[in-house]
Amino acid sequence: MSADGAPAIADTAHERRVTPARVALVLGVLAAWLVVLVAWQNLRGEDPLPPQAEAFAPTPEQVARGAYLARVGDCAACHTDRGGAPYAGGKGVATPFGTVYASNLTPDARTGIGRWSPAQFWRALHNGRSADGRLLYPAFPYPSFTEVTRADSDAIYAYLRTLVPVAQPNRAHALRFPYDTQAALAVWRAMFFAPATFEPQDDRSAQWNRGAYLVRGLGHCSACHSPRNFLGATSDSLELSGGLIPMQNWYAPSLAAADEASVAHWPPAEVAALLKTGLTPRGAVMGPMAEVVHRSTQYLDDADTAAMTVFLRGLAQVAPRVPEGASLPAQVRARGEEIYKDKCASCHGPEGEGAASGGGVAYVPLAGNRKVLMASPTNLLHVLIDGGFPPTTAGNPRPFGMPPFGPTLNDADLAAVASYVRNAWGNAAPRVEPVDVAKMR
Amino acid sequence: MSARGRSESLIPGARSAQGRRAISVLARAAICLLACGAAFAQPGPRKPPIDVPDTLAQRMKACFACHGPEGRATADGYFPRIAGKPAGYLYNQLENFRTGRRGNATMSYLVDLMSDAYLHEIADWFSGLELPYPPPQPGAAPAELALGEALVRRGDAARGLPACVQCHGAAMTGVQPTVPGLLGLPRGYLVEQFGAWRNGQRKALAPDCMAQVATALSTPEVAAVATWLAAQPVSGGPAPADSLARPLPLECGSVPR
Repeated sequence: MSADGAPAIADTAHERRVTPARVALVLGVLAAWLVVLVAWQNLRGEDPLPPQAEAFAPTPEQVARGAYLARVGDCAACHTDRGGAPYAGGKGVATPFGTVYASNLTPDARTGIGRWSPAQFWRALHNGRSADGRLLYPAFPYPSFTEVTRADSDAIYAYLRTLVPVAQPNRAHALRFPYDTQAALAVWRAMFFAPATFEPQDDRSAQWNRGAYLVRGLGHCSACHSPRNFLGATSDSLELSGGLIPMQNWYAPSLAAADEASVAHWPPAEVAALLKTGLTPRGAVMGPMAEVVHRSTQYLDDADTAAMTVFLRGLAQVAPRVPEGASLPAQVRARGEEIYKDKCASCHGPEGEGAASGGGVAYVPLAGNRKVLMASPTNLLHVLIDGGFPPTTAGNPRPFGMPPFGPTLNDADLAAVASYVRNAWGNAAPRVEPVDVAKMR
Repeated sequence: MSARGRSESLIPGARSAQGRRAISVLARAAICLLACGAAFAQPGPRKPPIDVPDTLAQRMKACFACHGPEGRATADGYFPRIAGKPAGYLYNQLENFRTGRRGNATMSYLVDLMSDAYLHEIADWFSGLELPYPPPQPGAAPAELALGEALVRRGDAARGLPACVQCHGAAMTGVQPTVPGLLGLPRGYLVEQFGAWRNGQRKALAPDCMAQVATALSTPEVAAVATWLAAQPVSGGPAPADSLARPLPLECGSVPR
């Protein structure tokens, strides 16, 4: 490079050089564009709030309807704390990103929703935004509730207005950075949430459409029965293909797979019995689904139970997994069989056939039981370790219970008996290792 | 034998390799349908269910794994006897677990989804059982036993500490309907309850009299009281007393006025 030519070259290069200022400008424009995009994504589909509070004079029928719908949506499951006043909030929902605390839904003016308008309540359900404009965390399942109709939203609002006001300030969420920022939530929503309206399918029956509306909307079944990605978003709210419930570590089985929890081949009456009573000759609901039946589905009226049944039985099915048994080491099988005979057989039968009492199901069969046979032994181990009673319901007011064996059996013994019931009487499922038990304790 | 293995042997008539493959695929599909149908579509039991008694005793077997047969406690030294305790006391505890006033995750989980009617029925059933008491847990230093006995029988008036017998009955077998007996309980369980009251893991309906007592006692005093109680045989009948001398030394929210 010559000394006299250098300035000219340098000048030309200067024109095209990537300077920090230019990078900043481009990034700034990009960032602004992204912010606008995210903001637009977060506000799309929102109706403007009426300038002043609407006149709202609910009828008694509307209030009664709202009480029913609040149960269908199982609002109290999160918005009532253990031992707390109904709907006064305060219950923590543990998530992989921290704990989200449910809010006070009683009509207290200062701490509840006493100053909310019906339009603001609807915006929370439909758009996931609070009365003060804050974005709500999707632990409140508005990705499902967005499909709830305005009429149903108003009915629930009308019912909540009739509750005794409870002065209980909302507890601040305990989320880690960056999940505790509205900006992060806005980005999440831009990626995974869009308000939606339930569109009935003309080629399906009214009953199927009613079932679809309940399952996808208020029932928010996909909150558990669909897989979640690494940012906690459910991916297939329509297919209900099963998912591990974060933190609780219960597996919500696929409703589309015959080897998990599909009811496509069940007689409709049994599906209805499961939703209404929590108990069928094939199995009993335990864990999170027991809560759902106890607090929500047992109160469904017959028409809605039938509609949900039709929709669930009609879900598109995936091919079932080919059962894969385990050849247990003789020692493990012998120990498992010994424990089974000592502690399990008197209730579940010497060959896993289950027990009846007074004309009804007392203890569910283990032979052919899908909860026993699922690839993941998570739910089986929960039941072995924590025991439990199926929920008391009008149809099963005095349930028979399962002892918690966590306090009295060690990991190796629990693994042995779990492996045994998964591979006896024609059952075939992978072996359970002591480490699987240890992880569940 | 796997479905795949079986499908090959079931097609004897197929001649060409291509034909065999085509039929084999079809056969596999058919057998999978049959097998999957058998395994999953009708996953009911292969044999009819056994019959069990339609009784509460049968329903409550879930409790016996920890609390011993009929709730008479076991020799493990922790889980408390529940048989024969006053029904009101047992119901209050079930309710306390359900509402979280008592912190025991296992118990809360078990009673969480039960109706009040069922909890009352359960409390009544365990309360009505008259079962032999386990042998006492002896083996403590005489000084500790003396301190424990003094606190149980006389309390400490100077510190405003009532004697245990003032509320739990002269025979220490409890008082109807809500005051529990103190005998036949493992020392470890008794000590842990005092600890739970002191750190808020166990609460009762306010005003929580036992929380006040537990907070006023020193750690060695708690140990002495628990040691002495666990070492006592049940001399008279195990039934709780019918009534309590009034007024109570402390206000207790769980004792009906």
